[in-house]
Amino acid sequence: MRFLARFRRSPASLIGAALLLLVIAVAIAAPFVFPRDPLSLAGRPLQWPMVNPRFPLGTDPSGRDIAAQIFHGARVALLIGLVATVISIGIGIAVGALAGFYGGWADTALMRVAEAFQTLPSFLLLLVFVAVFGSDIATVTVAIGLVSWPAPARLTRAEFLSLKNREFVQACRVLGMRDAKIIVREMLPNALPPVIVYASIVMATAILLESALAFLSLSDPNVASWGNLIGAGRGVLRTQWYVSAIPGVAILVTVLAVSLVGQGLNDALNPQLREAGE
Amino acid sequence: MTILLLALRRLAASLPTLFLILAGLFLLLQLAPGDTVDALMAQMGGGDPATAEELRRYYGLDVSALVQLGRYLLRLVRLDLGMSAIYGKPVADVIAERLPVTLLLMGTSLALAFLGGMTLGVIAARTVGRWPDTLLSTLGLVFYATPSFWFGLMGIVVFAITLGWLPSGGFEEVGSGATGLARALDIAHHLVLPTVTLALIFLATYLRVMRTAMLEVMNLDFVRTARAKGLGPTAVTVRHALRNALLPMVTILGLQAGTMLGGSVVVESVFALPGLGRLAYESVVQRDLNTLLGIVFVSAILVILINFAVDLLYAWLDPRIAAGG
Repeated sequence: MRFLARFRRSPASLIGAALLLLVIAVAIAAPFVFPRDPLSLAGRPLQWPMVNPRFPLGTDPSGRDIAAQIFHGARVALLIGLVATVISIGIGIAVGALAGFYGGWADTALMRVAEAFQTLPSFLLLLVFVAVFGSDIATVTVAIGLVSWPAPARLTRAEFLSLKNREFVQACRVLGMRDAKIIVREMLPNALPPVIVYASIVMATAILLESALAFLSLSDPNVASWGNLIGAGRGVLRTQWYVSAIPGVAILVTVLAVSLVGQGLNDALNPQLREAGE
Repeated sequence: MTILLLALRRLAASLPTLFLILAGLFLLLQLAPGDTVDALMAQMGGGDPATAEELRRYYGLDVSALVQLGRYLLRLVRLDLGMSAIYGKPVADVIAERLPVTLLLMGTSLALAFLGGMTLGVIAARTVGRWPDTLLSTLGLVFYATPSFWFGLMGIVVFAITLGWLPSGGFEEVGSGATGLARALDIAHHLVLPTVTLALIFLATYLRVMRTAMLEVMNLDFVRTARAKGLGPTAVTVRHALRNALLPMVTILGLQAGTMLGGSVVVESVFALPGLGRLAYESVVQRDLNTLLGIVFVSAILVILINFAVDLLYAWLDPRIAAGG
């Protein structure tokens, strides 16, 4: 596996992979280590970390265990990140492939819509979605996926445009293969690598978008999201700053892990780019 | 002149996009449960259906969605954004009050991110592979992964609460009565933390783009020529490489204008700044959809105008564009 060897060569991607594995392990372990509802009352509010052995990371203003919320929050962050990314990349690939393959008016129309989405600040658009459809976790996740499809769509389109006139595609046409089959079976596998790399950026952004929304208490309050906890700690920032500080570090680690792995994938998939850059 | 024509053509091409945005959002808002009148009635503490009917007629909500969309677009052409249900003033007035704060915050953050990212990117590129490059690139990645609001909160903890150097929020000292230079200084003092908070994420992006662009440009033939004719490394960097490496930076500037506007929603909320972003947040919480739609409209126009400026800047930096057009 030349690919794996290249991925392993860069220390940054190794650190990223290790951090990501850590976050995944925490997410898997959450229900076993903290079987109780992380949002239920656990003890006296606002205990500092390392003071009470029952609460190694302390408690928040409502007396909830911060460590439990960090563990369960990893599940929420990864789930939202993954689902939103799948939605965004799915729409992006579908739109980009159709626009790039068929060109003409379909291309013009689809790219106009993409441009409309890109002109609006995505966070503002997210606010509109939340204002209209409410803010339970499923809605928020779908909304994040919906605001972040144009960039992967442009990327897919560019790949399809460059593949369209290659000989193997022309050969498929001459053989009388149906368009759908050419797009899915022949062109898509070739167009996919840069899109997959970009998926890591989409996922990192999705996690950040949800945490910002939750911080403004516009996301689902019934979910142990890290952003919710930062928002809860805001009122006691003056004295108990750790309530906001701890979940922020969790977000930072997760987003950093996802971006580092993405960068490692990119370097491994485009070795010539890497050598030109180094 | 060619440059201006080219940019103007691009500006005209963005009109259909603007229309698409407005029509899409308007239809989206039709899906919202409850309308302005429901929000108003709830605020008044309920009322009888007859009053609601009359209010609906007053706000023009008694006709079909398509007619409403037509009327809405017609009003927009005259820059009439309707009434804000919550603030009891025209939306245009509410937005005009808030816009300067956001523009100031965005302008200073953009300048800081651009200049900082450019300088640090050049330093990273010139020390590529050695410790300053590694340090800067790592810091850039960390900043990129940090949620801006968290950075703002930690900034408040360190610089406002612990050290007491900077105010923790607000746009200016309320009731200080300061004018002129004293007031400007007071506002600047208040804007230090928000500006740095908003700038940091973008600074990380600019740093990365600048580093890559510099590395690419430094390998090109004309840079070798400049070196061969005996120019020192600083002169090569500043006079020859920099201008060409700036092109991708300017592209990113246009692409990120919208992201920055979105980021200011969060930053303004953290620092209690009375700007457009905070207004957007308030109108979501209070379900003032008319105001929200107005903000989206103004934001879209702002992004389109920034891209217009970026087009001009781009053509000025790269004369080939004007020559080719």
